[in-house]
Amino acid sequence: MARTTAKTVVQETSFYTAVLFFFLLAAFPFYWMLITSFKTNGDLYNVSNVPFWFNDPPTLEHFRYLFEKTLFTTWLLNSLIIGVVVTVITLVTALPAAYSLARMTGRNGEALGIGIFLTYLVPPTLLFLPLSRVIAMLGLQNSMWALVLVYPTFTIPFCTWLLMGFFKSMPREIEEAAIVDGCSLFGAFIKMAIPLSVPGILTTVIFTFTLTLQEFVYALTFVSASDQKPITLGVATDLIRGDVFYWGEIMAGALIASIPVAIAYNLFLDRFISGITGGAVK
Amino acid sequence: MVAIADSVPKPISRFRFILDRRDILGAIFVAPAILYVLLLVGVPFLMALYYSVSSYTIYNPEWTFVGLSNFVDILENPSFRDTLWNTFVFTFGSQILGLVLGKFGALLLLRPFPGRKIVRALIILPWAVPVALATVAWQWMFDSLYSVINWTMIAAGFIDRADAPNWLGNPHLAMLSIIVVNAWRFFPFAIVIFLAGITAVPQDVIDAATVDGAGFWRRNYQIILPMILPIMTIGLVFGIVFTFTDLSIVFLMTNGGPVGATSVLGFAGFQTGIVSGDVSHGAAISLFMLPVLLVIVVVMLRFIRRREI
Repeated sequence: MARTTAKTVVQETSFYTAVLFFFLLAAFPFYWMLITSFKTNGDLYNVSNVPFWFNDPPTLEHFRYLFEKTLFTTWLLNSLIIGVVVTVITLVTALPAAYSLARMTGRNGEALGIGIFLTYLVPPTLLFLPLSRVIAMLGLQNSMWALVLVYPTFTIPFCTWLLMGFFKSMPREIEEAAIVDGCSLFGAFIKMAIPLSVPGILTTVIFTFTLTLQEFVYALTFVSASDQKPITLGVATDLIRGDVFYWGEIMAGALIASIPVAIAYNLFLDRFISGITGGAVK
Repeated sequence: MVAIADSVPKPISRFRFILDRRDILGAIFVAPAILYVLLLVGVPFLMALYYSVSSYTIYNPEWTFVGLSNFVDILENPSFRDTLWNTFVFTFGSQILGLVLGKFGALLLLRPFPGRKIVRALIILPWAVPVALATVAWQWMFDSLYSVINWTMIAAGFIDRADAPNWLGNPHLAMLSIIVVNAWRFFPFAIVIFLAGITAVPQDVIDAATVDGAGFWRRNYQIILPMILPIMTIGLVFGIVFTFTDLSIVFLMTNGGPVGATSVLGFAGFQTGIVSGDVSHGAAISLFMLPVLLVIVVVMLRFIRRREI
């Protein structure tokens, strides 16, 4: 009896130690962001201080600097505009496409759907050279509208695939009933299919938005004017003067930009997974 | 039935015939998405192919056909061969580390314990947060002077301040650092994929195997593993594609350095094609990603086809 208790204690201890390890591994960099952004510079740049806690009282100096002396609010606004416009473009194109591929063209629809989804895997680092030429031809170089143009190249494939799954799980009879009641096929799509797929549309909106926030490569390549940068690019590249990194400000900015994405992912995680695995698990 | 439906008075529109034809409406519905993708993925892809066999630079925008000479130039450059090697080390190093972490993390999260939901939510963070922002946090943690990792090791007495490692300044440590950061970014994704797979395995299958005398390892590797293989493949495909073609982690953490020790394909293509303006050589460098991507696509297609049967 004593031996089994000892064994359980060892097992439990090692289990919780492992959990603690994963917890620290995942969360520590964010804790580090958080504490850095509230520390005074004197506290940050002193190697004899214990770095894990405040040695001087916490300060809002970095946040104040970020909002008052940098283009942070501009970047925030740019990201918001980019996100909203790209989301609209994505919804307008991906919704009908997904519906059509799920319903109308049968097996060809499946093949075409896979084809569209595979373009999601074409990497930015393969396309950025020709795309920068296209953007120059359109006169969009150094403008955030270049990103509005380019981001749908990955949000449309992703969201079409995501929405296809939603439409497939919706029973056909619902639209057929609407058609019997005198709706056109188009009317059935507008009046029945869309209202019923609101959860799917919501997921699409959230993920389009977060995908645009997470993107870095195209933003880095196409936008170098500070006032046109989206938030991730601005925070990561614009808070450095020569060789001096403004760590307090960088971490504060990173923190602010990370929070909404982190929340969105946690709320919509399961749908995201079933989206990208395309129902591989039933 | 049809007669009844037809007898209902409908609002007549001139375009009614279009709105009712499944084939026409279907084509109109998919057209915008397909056009967008064709114009801004398909056409640029062909342009990239053409750039790679021309002598186009932003200083000399002539489209002279030069055959495969760009590829020959690149392959003769020893630093490019290092870049190619680095890309493989970076990709497979971080995928293996990420998968191991993911598998163990998933096993832990399968068991109910107090606070599991909070732990799960926090473990997703590295993957959810924009990679550029998480990377700058790591860059700060690897700082040559104020690194919290070094501080901890010094305080614990493992090392001296005099010989504290310069994580991003030493070629081997720099490679290790970017691998760790990328694995850190992907392990939550691996956890989620494993969890989605394992929880989808019907409990009665596992129970039946247990009754038949299958032990822990046998259940894991002969029952569960084959059943979660499809979803694992998808996860791995994503991980490999996004790592093999990555630019952001290397660009932000090491800028390819020290002395090219962490230069990867995406970064080299960016440096040559965008920063130096040598578009044709840059395009040729980027195209070295293509064989790997094609293999991935074939794997993916085969997997999807198997699912349909």
